[in-house]
Amino acid sequence: MTTAPRRRTGRPGIAWAVPGLLFFLFFAAAPMLIVGYLSFTQWDGLSNPSWTGTDNWDRLWNDDTMRQAIALSLLLTVLTWLFQTPIALLLGVWAAGRQRTRALLSAIFFLPLLASSVALALLWKTIFDPNLGLNAQIADWLNLSSADLLGSPRGAFAAVLFVTAWQFIPLHTLLYQGGARQIPQSLYDAAALDGAGTVRQFFAITLPQLRNTIVTSSVLMVVGALTYFDTVLILTRGGPGDATTIVPFLMYRTGFQAFDLGYASAVATALVITATAVSLLLVRLTGFSKMRSTREGI
Amino acid sequence: MRIRTLRLLAATAACAVATTTLAACGSGGPSRGGGDTLSVWVYQDGSTVIQEEFVEKFNETSDIKIDLVQIPGDNYTDRMRTAMGSPNAPDVFFNWGGGSIADFVEQDMLVDLTPILDEEPELKDAFIPTILDAGAVDGRYYGIPMRGVQPVILFYNKTAFAEAGVEPPATWDDMLHVIDVFLDRDTVPAVVAGADPWTELMWLEYLLDRRGGAEIFDRIRNGDASAWSDPAVRWMADTVKELVDAGTFGNNFRSVNYTADGASTFFAQGGGVMHLMGSWEYANQLSQQPEFAAEDLGWAAFPTVPDGTGDPGALVGNPTNYWSINSEVEGERLDAALDFLRMHAEPEYAQALIDNGDIPTTANAESLLDSHASPEFARFQYDMVAEAPSFTLSWDQALPPGKAPALHDNIEKLFGGQMSPEDFVAAMQDL
Repeated sequence: MTTAPRRRTGRPGIAWAVPGLLFFLFFAAAPMLIVGYLSFTQWDGLSNPSWTGTDNWDRLWNDDTMRQAIALSLLLTVLTWLFQTPIALLLGVWAAGRQRTRALLSAIFFLPLLASSVALALLWKTIFDPNLGLNAQIADWLNLSSADLLGSPRGAFAAVLFVTAWQFIPLHTLLYQGGARQIPQSLYDAAALDGAGTVRQFFAITLPQLRNTIVTSSVLMVVGALTYFDTVLILTRGGPGDATTIVPFLMYRTGFQAFDLGYASAVATALVITATAVSLLLVRLTGFSKMRSTREGI
Repeated sequence: MRIRTLRLLAATAACAVATTTLAACGSGGPSRGGGDTLSVWVYQDGSTVIQEEFVEKFNETSDIKIDLVQIPGDNYTDRMRTAMGSPNAPDVFFNWGGGSIADFVEQDMLVDLTPILDEEPELKDAFIPTILDAGAVDGRYYGIPMRGVQPVILFYNKTAFAEAGVEPPATWDDMLHVIDVFLDRDTVPAVVAGADPWTELMWLEYLLDRRGGAEIFDRIRNGDASAWSDPAVRWMADTVKELVDAGTFGNNFRSVNYTADGASTFFAQGGGVMHLMGSWEYANQLSQQPEFAAEDLGWAAFPTVPDGTGDPGALVGNPTNYWSINSEVEGERLDAALDFLRMHAEPEYAQALIDNGDIPTTANAESLLDSHASPEFARFQYDMVAEAPSFTLSWDQALPPGKAPALHDNIEKLFGGQMSPEDFVAAMQDL
């Protein structure tokens, strides 16, 4: 890499960052600090918070519900990545082609991106109704004895995985489409001359060239999956029982249904720390920090 | 630059999403009335028109005006609770009595209405006593009834029952017979919206009440967790398991919802023939499936059970909703707030409730029932409530809010077969 002297002219000054920085301070940093403070208190939202030291954190450490929520959140994150990445990658690369049919179909694929998650979850809840919904029909065709998808712990978890994938795959497809379109045509032309077929081209050119896109998409996916909330709230309410009570939902339930805001703050703080750590780790492990260009030698 | 940007982006994304839910709680209502207004918060639903009408009427004559704030249903509890802990607290607000206000009572945040009701017997006697008592906390009154009664009723499909040659069950043996008859006809005997555990709770409430009487839950609600170990509780849990195993609720009920009309539609289409539900189910069917409501919809009291010591006339459900006054309201504003509450004991208010399809909670409303859209249903419901020896508030409203999520989880697991009756009883003791 060359270290050419930077031209100072034309770069915006730090003052331009002030509005964004203030916004971040007031709406992200300050609430986070307050939540951090509340995690050391007992607070019901009515009286004044009373300092209880590390009580909430001790409880967090030994709480079976929290352990199960963490396990479910991690499982959901891993499965989300495994499920969404291949589909989004293939769809994105396919959609990067300039054919007119592809442009049309892509426009249709991207529709779920435009709707709010709450509306989508409500829609899917109706579709999953075991007596009146679409899956009642499907169960009928397949001769299943029950269409009780949301009623079984595994079924409900699968439903959350599926609905969030259906909702977010378009976003990641869009990222991969953009990434794939950046790959210079000359690489494919050269490969074709050497006799590489479509599959070989995909693995030898497209995939390595998309490395940075994969990292970006994965970070968004992982952080998103760790903090899924609205879909679970509407679709399963953490149920049946606590079978889909993932960490963000547990935080909501503790804070705004049980009004144990001190403990909910501890859960929230733990979630922030975990999600931040995981995404930083991901950036580091994927070698993104070495900042190698995918275009070296072109 | 790019790494740092990405790191910041990742960190910000994580933090922002995680903290929004907790931080967004401070959403402000209108600022505290102060001066010469009172802010009154009400749960927004089909009955809010009555509040609009009476607030307007009140404002015509009063120097202190009421500012009515309607909060959409789903968020009411969160918003009200959060606001009560802030300077934007309402002066008068809608609630369910019992556990929904217990924490406020503990913090001395509500006006104790007991001395006022003692001084004004005509106000106290205006309401059906069990209704007034059901909202009390530790035997003291903090609320004046302001909505219709909402007992849980056994709705059934008259036409399907007639075709099968059965009557609505009066005893538990009848109930088991009805279940067998409809299972043989490949019909779901009873619709339950298992995705909304409060609908399953209704079965538990009646089973326990009929078997062991209203005292058991009364002890629990007053903080005696050992009452969960009463044999009647175990019988209740065993009975639920038997019902589920027999297929009483069908094999799909765990993902049926009530809030999106899943259960009511299935019931109206004849898929299931009984539906244990709050009295609002009638109005719901009337607006969603008017033909079914007119032709097929029948109603009955919950049957007796074997060796039951509970009164067969006892009720469970939501007796009504109440107005409570914030204890920071004083002087003239308090007088005005009390005047507003007194309006709800007047016959005009009862008439307005009836015109809206509700059954009032006032003791002398009987003569007004004939003007109800369905006098037959109105009379059934009114008599049921007026004659009930006790009216137990729904457990999830009566217990402190901290216990409701675990209560719902346990119920869902019991019905879902993820928890045995034995474990259920143990889990309830630890609630």
